Amino acid sequence: MVHAFLIHTLRAPNLEDTGLCRVLYSCVFGAEKSPDDPRPHGAERDRLFRKEQILAVARQVESLCRLQQQASGCPSTDLQPQFSDETVSLHEAPHGAFFLGAGDPFQEPQTVVWMGVLSLGFALVLDTHENLLLAESTLRLLVRLLLDHLRLLTPGNNFLLRSDRIEGILTRFLPHGQLLFLNDQFVQDLEKEFSAAWPR
Amino acid sequence: MFSAGAESLLHQAREIQDEELQRFCTRVTKLLQEPPGPATMDALQRLFLIVSATKYPRSPEQLQVLCAAILREMSPFDDLALSCDHTQNTRQLSLVASVLLAQGNRKGEIRQVSQRIFKILENRQPEGPSVRHLLPALSKVIGLAPGTLMEDQNNLLSKRLVDWLRYASIQQGLPSSAGFFSTPRTRQPGPITEVDGAVASDFFTVLSTGQHFTEDQWLNMQAFSMLRKWLLHSGPEDPGSPDADDKSELEGSTLSVLSAASTASRLLPPRERLREVAFEYCQRLLEQSNRRALRKADSDLQKACLVEAVLVLDVLCRQDPSFLYRTLSCLKALHRRLGEDPGSERALVPLAQFFLNHGEAAAMDAEVIYQHLLSRLPSERFYSPTLAFEVIHFCTHNLALFDPHILSLLRLSFPSLFKFLAWNSPPLTAEFVVLLPALVEAGTTVEMLHALLDLPCLTAALDLQLRSTQTPSERPLWDVSLRIPGCLEAFRDPQFQGLFRHLLRTKASGSMERLTPLHQLLKPMASCARVTQCAEAVPILLQAFFSTVTQLADGALINQLVLLLLDRSDSLYQAPQYEARVHRVLNSQFLALCKLKPSLVVELSRELLEFVGNVSSICSRASMFTCVVWAIGEYLSVTCDKRCTVEQINKFFEALEALLFEVTQSRPSADLPCCPPQVVTALMTTLTKLASRSQDLIPRVSLFLSKLRTLAQNPATSSVHSEEDAEAIRTRATELLTLLKIPSVAQFVFTPTAGVCQPRYHRDANTALPLALRTVSRLVEKEAGLLPG
Repeated sequence: MVHAFLIHTLRAPNLEDTGLCRVLYSCVFGAEKSPDDPRPHGAERDRLFRKEQILAVARQVESLCRLQQQASGCPSTDLQPQFSDETVSLHEAPHGAFFLGAGDPFQEPQTVVWMGVLSLGFALVLDTHENLLLAESTLRLLVRLLLDHLRLLTPGNNFLLRSDRIEGILTRFLPHGQLLFLNDQFVQDLEKEFSAAWPR
Repeated sequence: MFSAGAESLLHQAREIQDEELQRFCTRVTKLLQEPPGPATMDALQRLFLIVSATKYPRSPEQLQVLCAAILREMSPFDDLALSCDHTQNTRQLSLVASVLLAQGNRKGEIRQVSQRIFKILENRQPEGPSVRHLLPALSKVIGLAPGTLMEDQNNLLSKRLVDWLRYASIQQGLPSSAGFFSTPRTRQPGPITEVDGAVASDFFTVLSTGQHFTEDQWLNMQAFSMLRKWLLHSGPEDPGSPDADDKSELEGSTLSVLSAASTASRLLPPRERLREVAFEYCQRLLEQSNRRALRKADSDLQKACLVEAVLVLDVLCRQDPSFLYRTLSCLKALHRRLGEDPGSERALVPLAQFFLNHGEAAAMDAEVIYQHLLSRLPSERFYSPTLAFEVIHFCTHNLALFDPHILSLLRLSFPSLFKFLAWNSPPLTAEFVVLLPALVEAGTTVEMLHALLDLPCLTAALDLQLRSTQTPSERPLWDVSLRIPGCLEAFRDPQFQGLFRHLLRTKASGSMERLTPLHQLLKPMASCARVTQCAEAVPILLQAFFSTVTQLADGALINQLVLLLLDRSDSLYQAPQYEARVHRVLNSQFLALCKLKPSLVVELSRELLEFVGNVSSICSRASMFTCVVWAIGEYLSVTCDKRCTVEQINKFFEALEALLFEVTQSRPSADLPCCPPQVVTALMTTLTKLASRSQDLIPRVSLFLSKLRTLAQNPATSSVHSEEDAEAIRTRATELLTLLKIPSVAQFVFTPTAGVCQPRYHRDANTALPLALRTVSRLVEKEAGLLPG
């Protein structure tokens, strides 16, 4: 099961370290059992802790993505937001997976599957025994849908204010963090439903 | 109790007009921008009530989803007054559940959700609410709190899952636009098809497709998506579970073959029936994934289904060994198919896991599968980051399960596994630090050390291999910003074929081929980012390697390693900063090995003599040289090894003396640039130590040291050494001379017995070395104070 999905910024691989890695959107599916803590501020601390965990994952994804892009020799100009509508081939985007040990930062050990598209990083945090191949294709599907329906790469896009669409996509294609075995026809049907509920 | 107040509240919520709703929403948005207070909570709760109180699609889905998201984002609350009991439609229930499940189960929210869902599941009316939206929530409930469900609920869900998985309609659904007004002469929907367009040959699965889907076909897809999780949840954890009684009748694989007849299996209890259906489903998927899909997305799904089918079969066989007989034959056939279709080799990892879990019971030799996974696959697909992660994680995760045979296969395959590491070092370094200790064994240690030191070369060679073998139409996997025609030529040059072949080997060969010519040839690639990343990982891996080796190495192996360290310290690949970092590790490991086995200095005296006799060593590897010199001084004594002879000490003395003379007397030249002061002081100290053991050397040393003292003060040498360095040399020379004045003390200080080195102040203040030294220096200073100069 997917524990969380997040979108964050990716800085260019060859530029200096300016600014921070920012989490632009995150969705945690169900709360982890909170560590035994009888103190009264439990709820707020839990929330803060959850945010910090997500940020930790985002930072790790960002650095791995940067390293992978450097290794494959992508020039830094590629990372400037390409303001165009041409389809970005997602099979060729930098991607990978890594392991998070128990307690670091999640209580249970998790696997992270990630993908970078131009200036945005996308990641799924999963249980370790999950079907990794399905997770990868689900992530690719989510990214494709988000790029299409939110026009994430067009200039002046304020998708931060339109996260209800992201929610709409997630409730259909990754409901409660459940990875679904969707063949092409199921995907088309769900997309039709989504477009009906969220007219452009 | 339904009070009048609540009634009017509901009435208000239902009757609210659109503009008022809009205004209210704007107010809510404004409130949310301020720090949240009680007014915000109140407004949101009212909004939720408005939204949930209406039966008709009053507020579009957008609003509901957004509200749920807001509440979820702000979770966990200490005082959330939200309940799932009043929600009418299942889509809304799913949204409410997502908020409740985000609370961290402070007030039993998980049980609430699961109770509500099961109430709906129990309702068997066909016009009842669509269950489609509830299964994922249920799956989440199981993941968060497995103990929430009761036995009868388990059985109910198992029964339902059997229906959805096995008996979903095999006709296509009607298009949703066909409503009450469609004419009876509308074309009947046809049967569902396979992904290659053929008519479906058997029951509906996730790899069946059509123009429109019916509700139960949706449920089929959902059910399979949560199947493995459900099986794990509802299956017996240990043999002593209540299910064991049921299984006693199904003992033996022969019986299970007989019970495969469907009539008999319908009489099985729900859990067992589900397992039987799951097995059939997986078999069907294995067959369906053989077809050539018409659409790319379906082709990807086929591969994911392959993986999932193997995983589910693994769970089934774990829960009920009687499945093993039937599973083995189809899995063996599967292995033969793998690798033909690019992407299908991902199923190799779960397949290997299956045979690891059940190989013994199956009495089957899965050697060919492990070979494929550990030797062939890394060489063919080292460039896939997720495959690399999966394979390496498989190795680290299952170390405890590997029997000696598999372990030796793993160890022999290390050159292949290193290819993953060389190509993808940043994400895999941490995994390899865990894996390396398991890969180390006495027979391949030396070869592995060479391989680790040459790892950046392996990265470069893999890059060249890709450039040479990939067709121009494929997307380049290598570093496109780097153009290295010279290296590419060298890669194809028959002269170097043997070396490259050795570097790119897939199995440990036992031969110690030296790759020094390749270091030079591959130098232009040293600035390649991938090579640099690999070079950064090597020192960490070396530490992990040595920490294991020092535990299991015997005397002979330690000697071999030390010679290797000395040898390789000046024959390393020239990547930026690589040499410096590796030297640091090699030096500290050299010292650690000497400490582990002090007698190696005597055993390897010939090689060490050769090493220190060579002046050029000082320039190329000053730090290693210093370590060697220090080790000689420390361990070349009878206390460390009874075989140490006076001739040996004298021979070393002469060699080191000549060396010290050369570096201090002659002017710096192109052949011998400025010698670092650490080398000088180390040489001086070692010479003194040796002299303290062979006392007729003392006059020679004293003379030399006093010459050095004056030399350091000489302005001619001030151009060679800075003032601080010269001062340091002077001070050290003085200290040593002082100690040599009392030879017996010098011997005591420089060659202490083991007992003396431990300060045991509380036992015996007289034998503590530091105290003794302090006493001596005080005595000698007093004496020196009385003498002129």
